[in-house]
Amino acid sequence: MRHLIPEFEKMKERYPEGFESSLVLPCLRRIQEDRGFVADEDIAGLVEYLGVPRIQVEEVLSYYTMLRRAPIGRFHLQACRNIACSMRGAERTIDKLSRKLGIRPGETTPDGRFTLSVVECLGSCGTAPVVMVNEAYHENMSDEKLDRLIEELK
Amino acid sequence: MPGRQLIMNFEVTPTSHTLEAYRARGGYETLRKALGMEPAAITKEVTASGLLGHGGAAFPVGRKWGVMKPNPGEIHYLCANADEGEPGTFKDRWVLEHAPHLLVESMLITSYALGVRHAFVYIRGEFDLPFRRIQGAIDEAYAAGLLGAKLFGTEFLLDIVVYRGAGSYVCGEASGLITSIEGRKPYPRNRPPRLTVRGLFQKPTVINNVESLANITGIIRMGAEEFKKVGTPKSPGTQLVSISGHIAKPGVYEVEYGYPWAKFLDEDCGGMLGGAKLKCVVPGGISTKVLTRAEIEPLNLSHESVNPAGSGLGSGGMIAVAEGTCMVRFLQVLLRFYHHESCGQCTPCREGMGWMHRIIDRIVDGKGVPEDIDRLYAISHANDGTTICGMGDAAGYATVGILNKYRDEFEYFIQNKRSKFDGRLECPA
Repeated sequence: MRHLIPEFEKMKERYPEGFESSLVLPCLRRIQEDRGFVADEDIAGLVEYLGVPRIQVEEVLSYYTMLRRAPIGRFHLQACRNIACSMRGAERTIDKLSRKLGIRPGETTPDGRFTLSVVECLGSCGTAPVVMVNEAYHENMSDEKLDRLIEELK
Repeated sequence: MPGRQLIMNFEVTPTSHTLEAYRARGGYETLRKALGMEPAAITKEVTASGLLGHGGAAFPVGRKWGVMKPNPGEIHYLCANADEGEPGTFKDRWVLEHAPHLLVESMLITSYALGVRHAFVYIRGEFDLPFRRIQGAIDEAYAAGLLGAKLFGTEFLLDIVVYRGAGSYVCGEASGLITSIEGRKPYPRNRPPRLTVRGLFQKPTVINNVESLANITGIIRMGAEEFKKVGTPKSPGTQLVSISGHIAKPGVYEVEYGYPWAKFLDEDCGGMLGGAKLKCVVPGGISTKVLTRAEIEPLNLSHESVNPAGSGLGSGGMIAVAEGTCMVRFLQVLLRFYHHESCGQCTPCREGMGWMHRIIDRIVDGKGVPEDIDRLYAISHANDGTTICGMGDAAGYATVGILNKYRDEFEYFIQNKRSKFDGRLECPA
């Protein structure tokens, strides 16, 4: 994470004084964006850089569902299965993704290309069902759109 | 169009969210007017407008602000709550994506009124385009000297930080949000003290929903009297309703308070998908109690009409449910969600959510026993008012709301070990 410190310094400028503790979450997000996950050395580096207790960083890391301690596939498919999406066929979407990729939710394909996750409400209920591919929302996921998406990413 | 519009009152184009387009619509002129007023006069105007919070609790915005007295040298913070996570709700996203400068201008005016030097937009971690839009608007405002610089010859200046969450429902609760910005695990806090007395890093902090803030510019521009002419006497203004589920035209609609509910569904939203019949409606996010077609028939979309019916407009996240939908499976999805999102701080919620989830799973597996229904009631009651934040209560409301109206479906499922409606969640039509 050390190469990111200049970026963190810049980020800090817009915060009020004494807000070092607040930087834990944005720094972890940035580290994960950079490395794909948060490694042991990142935690140690962040504790030293921000001067916060190690337990705080560990707690934040283990609490939030978007943060992870291990690498995942190149394309992270996150399918929503909350109520509005389920009412528009999310359960079939998830089954289909699972079959097409040959993995269950929570797993990664052996070639490391896809990780499939099932998540709760993404705030896209009006365009359900929705599947996130890395950061991007793919909305109104019909069977055809799903086929096309996987073909494009393969 | 369901009544007059105060926020969605311009044509959305690929560039309508930019500073240039916003200025062409008269953007940032209200800020100049506001900075010519006494800060206390702004709070007075907002209080007079009767604006009710749009995050779900409908708390009067002016009363929340009234606690904070801007004194020189005293530190106050403002947070816009953009952690939109109540299932069924996606209306703040519309403001962030299409009117980000309206939020920035409103935050500037609010900060001036409340003596705030640093403000935050707390946005849920999954939102990507909404984040880029609001961050883009803030960057534009910095470049234009609207942020980070003294404005119009006054001493007032403001910095806004966009703080991104990382996947947690509890962060939408105001004190959880604050703990999250402090860089810790977002456990909600006990009140009192109120957050307007001791909030972010123990300093007085106002947390308002994005849509609530988006109304501020309009109120100051037109004045409280004009604002109150829209809507009803007890629910002034409009509400952004995000509608989803088995409805023909899902999306975000700005509804003037007092608009007939059935007409909104049948005409504005195009009726039910494939001509299905309406079974019930989740009025404002899954934590509000469902209302049947017969119950909504005489109601209009205002707090004074919906609240006496035993529910509420909540966050404006409306879900239309068609006849033939299995309410047992429906509740299963909700309880799985609450269990997943319980932060684990308070015992009744941490244990209760898991317990309710296991019971509903058991019923759906065909292994339910008749006592399970009363047990769900008992756990819901045990959660009510016994947890630090409202999540435990909310899960109880949702559960009791469905059990009260569709108890027969639960009894049928337990007795026959199968759903009365084939376990269907998708629209039968």
